[in-house]
Amino acid sequence: ESTSPVVSPQQSPPTSPHTWRKHNRHPSGGNNERPLAGPGPFWAPFSEAQPGSSTSSDPIWSGHSPPPHQENWVSFADTPPTSALLAMHPASVQDQTTVRTVASATTTNEIRRQSSSYDDPWKITDEQRQYYVNQFKTIQPDLNGFIPGSAAKEFFTKSKLPILELSHIWELSDFDKDGALTLDEFCAAFHLVVARKNGYDLPEKLPESLMPKLIDLEDSTEVGEQTGEVGYSSSPAEAPPSKSPSMPSLNQTWPELNQSSEQWETFSERSSSSQTLTQFDSNIAPADPDTAIVHPVPIRMTPSKIHMQEMELKRTGSDHTNPTSPLLVKPPDLPEENKMSSSVKYTAGNTVTDGYSSSDSYASDPEQIGSTVTRQRSHSGTSPDNAAPPPPPPRPHPSHSRSSSLDMNRSFSVTPGQQQPGVVAYPPAVPPRPQPSQGAGPHVHRPVDAEGLIAHTSTSPQQIPEQPNFADFSQFEAFAVSGVNKEEEDEIETHSEVLQVEKPSDSASSLRGAKADGRVEEKAPATVPTSAGKGTTPLAPPPKPIRRRLKSEDELRPEAEEHTQKTGVIAAVLASQPSIPRSVGKDKKAIQASIRRNKETNTVLARLNSELQQQLKDVLEERISLEVQLEQLRPFSHL
Amino acid sequence: VLVSLICSPPQNYPLYIRSVPTENELKFHYTVHTSLDVVDEKISAMGKALVDQRELYLGLLYPTEDYKVYGYVTNSKVKFVMVVDSSNTALRDNEIRSMFRKLHNSYTDIMCNPFYNPGDRIHSRAFDNTVNSMMMQVC
Repeated sequence: ESTSPVVSPQQSPPTSPHTWRKHNRHPSGGNNERPLAGPGPFWAPFSEAQPGSSTSSDPIWSGHSPPPHQENWVSFADTPPTSALLAMHPASVQDQTTVRTVASATTTNEIRRQSSSYDDPWKITDEQRQYYVNQFKTIQPDLNGFIPGSAAKEFFTKSKLPILELSHIWELSDFDKDGALTLDEFCAAFHLVVARKNGYDLPEKLPESLMPKLIDLEDSTEVGEQTGEVGYSSSPAEAPPSKSPSMPSLNQTWPELNQSSEQWETFSERSSSSQTLTQFDSNIAPADPDTAIVHPVPIRMTPSKIHMQEMELKRTGSDHTNPTSPLLVKPPDLPEENKMSSSVKYTAGNTVTDGYSSSDSYASDPEQIGSTVTRQRSHSGTSPDNAAPPPPPPRPHPSHSRSSSLDMNRSFSVTPGQQQPGVVAYPPAVPPRPQPSQGAGPHVHRPVDAEGLIAHTSTSPQQIPEQPNFADFSQFEAFAVSGVNKEEEDEIETHSEVLQVEKPSDSASSLRGAKADGRVEEKAPATVPTSAGKGTTPLAPPPKPIRRRLKSEDELRPEAEEHTQKTGVIAAVLASQPSIPRSVGKDKKAIQASIRRNKETNTVLARLNSELQQQLKDVLEERISLEVQLEQLRPFSHL
Repeated sequence: VLVSLICSPPQNYPLYIRSVPTENELKFHYTVHTSLDVVDEKISAMGKALVDQRELYLGLLYPTEDYKVYGYVTNSKVKFVMVVDSSNTALRDNEIRSMFRKLHNSYTDIMCNPFYNPGDRIHSRAFDNTVNSMMMQVC
C-alpha cells in the first residue's frame, strides 16, 4: 500500500486510532462473514469488497470514510487524497479491508483525513448515490415518497449493525423527525451505514453534505455543498505544507488529489444536479400552493385541440392570471352555457394553460390538450396546483347557471329528464306553484314554472308528459291571446294534448324557432329550476321560454314534428282543443300529485335521516368521552 | 443542580436519568423516585378531568429544604421529573415549563425512531445533547 507504515501523527489523539481500529476490525469481520446472498443486494458491494485489496487503498478509503468526530480528526493533517478516495468509493470498499488490516495505516489515514474539510468525507459519490437510489426504489418505487420507519428499520437491520448505532444513524438522518425517510434522508442514512460498516465512527450531527435537501433549506444545503467544495479545493493547498515534512508517502497522493479535484468538479455538478432534483422535488412537494405554476405536470386546462389553438392565439402566458383564470373559468364552466360563455371559458382556460405550459417543460400538454372539454371544465373549477387532474369538483349544477336563458335550461331539464330520470331532481322543496289565474301573463308564467317545477321534481315518467307541456305553451300563447284562464295542470295537460297533436305547436315553435334556435342549441342538458325562479318574471320572458320550449320540442322530436305550419294554424288547432286536454289532464294531475306527495315524503325522510345521523354522532361522541373517562379512572398500571 | 428523570408506565421504571453535578447523584435518584408518588397522586387526582389536561405541566411537586421538584406527564403517561436547586431562584415557572416542553419534543423525536422500542432506556445522543444544553442553561 502506498501509505507509510507507522507514522506517528502529529497530533492525533491516542484514543481515536484504537477506536478506529476496533471499529475497523469489527465491520471487517462482519464484512467477511456476511454472505453475499443473505442480506440481499444491499450488502453486495461490501461483499465484493472482501476479496479485493488494492494497494493504495488506505488513502482512498480514508478519504471516502468520514472522520467520526471532527474533534477527533482535528489533529490530523489534511488528507489530499480524501477527494480521490471519495471518487473511488467502489474501490474504496476494497481498500477498506486493507486499511483495517493495517493498523499503522490508520494514523496516516487519519492524518490524511484531516486535510479534507469536515464534510468532505461524507460526500456521496455518484455511484453511491445511484446505488442508494436503486435501493430506495426497491422499498418505495416513488422517488418522492417516503419509506416508513418500519420498512427502513428492517432494511437497515440487515446491515447487522447494532441497534444502538442504527438508532443513532436514524436520528441523524431523519431530518424532519417524521418517522419516515425521504430519498435524501434515506441516502444519508445509507451512507452513514456504509461508513459505519467500514469502520468510521458516526458523527454527532449530520454532516452538511448528507443533509436532506429540504425545500426551505436548499440555500443552506447549497451553501454546505459549496463549502464542501471549497474545502476540497483548500485541502490540496493545506495538505502540502503539513504533510510534506512528515508524510512522504502522502506525496504520491497529490496526483490522486488532482484527480480528485476533477472528481470534485463532478461532485459539484452532481450537487447542482441534485439541486435541480431538489427543485423538482420541491415543485412536487405539497407545501407550496404555487407549485401549480411551476408544476411539471400542470393541470390540463385546455379541453381540446381547438381550444389549444385558441390558447395559442391568445397566449398570455402570465402566471399571475392563474389565480384569476380559474375564477374566470369556473363560472362559465357549465356545459350548458352558450357559445359566448364557453368561448370566454376557453380563453380563460387558455390563459391558465398558458401559464402552465409556459412553466411546464415536461408537460405532455399536447396529449392532454386533446382531452375532452369536460376535463378542462372540471379543472377550471379546481385549484391549479393539483398534481393530477383531480376529479372534477361537483360542477355547479347547470340549474344554477343563469347565463343562458332560464327557459332553455328548463326545457333542457325536461329533455334530459327523459333520459335521466333521477337527475333532474332539484331542491325538492320547490312547492307547486300557486296558481294565480290573472291573465295570460301569469298563466304563461305558471305553466312555465310549473313545467319547470315538474321537470325538476318529477321523475322521468313525468317528464314525458311535461314535454307535451311545451306544446301546451304554444297553446297557452294561443290561450293567452284568447284570454282563456286555465290552471297550470290543465295547461300542462293541454300541452300534452297538444303535443300529441303536435304539429301545430311545433310549427308555432318553429316560427319562433329562429329566435330560440341559438339559445336552444346552447341549452345545456343540466336542468335548473330556473323555471321556478322564473315564475315571477314578467310576461315577456314567458313567451320566450314557450318559444324555446317549442323549439326544444322541435329539436327533441324532430321526427315527430313538422315545421311548416304557421301561428294561425296553431291557434286554430289550439282553439279546437281546449276540451280535449282536460279529460286527459286529470290523469296527469293525479300522477303529478302523487309525485309531489312522494317528493314530500322523501324530503321528510331525508330530514329524519339526517337528524338520526346527528343523533348517532352525538351518542358516539358521548360514548367516546365516557370511555376516555373510564380510562382515566383506571389505575395507571392498566395503561 | 439539575436532575432530570424520565419514567415510563406502567411500572414507572426510569428510562433516562441525568444529573448535572454528579456527586450526590444517588440522593437525587432517590428524590426523583419518591417524587413519582407525588406525580401519580396528581395524575389520579386529575383523573376526572379531561384527557388534555393530563399533558399539562404538573408544576412544583413539592419543595424540600434544598430543592424543588417539578413534574410533567404526557398523554402516554410518560413522566418527566426535574429536580432543581432551591438556591436557583432565577428559575421561574415558565422556564421550567419550556424545559419540559423541550424534553417532551426530544422524547417524541426519539419515539419517531423506528429502532427505538418504547420502554428501552434512552441512549439517543441527540436527546443527551438536548438535556445537556438545558442543564448548561440552568447551571
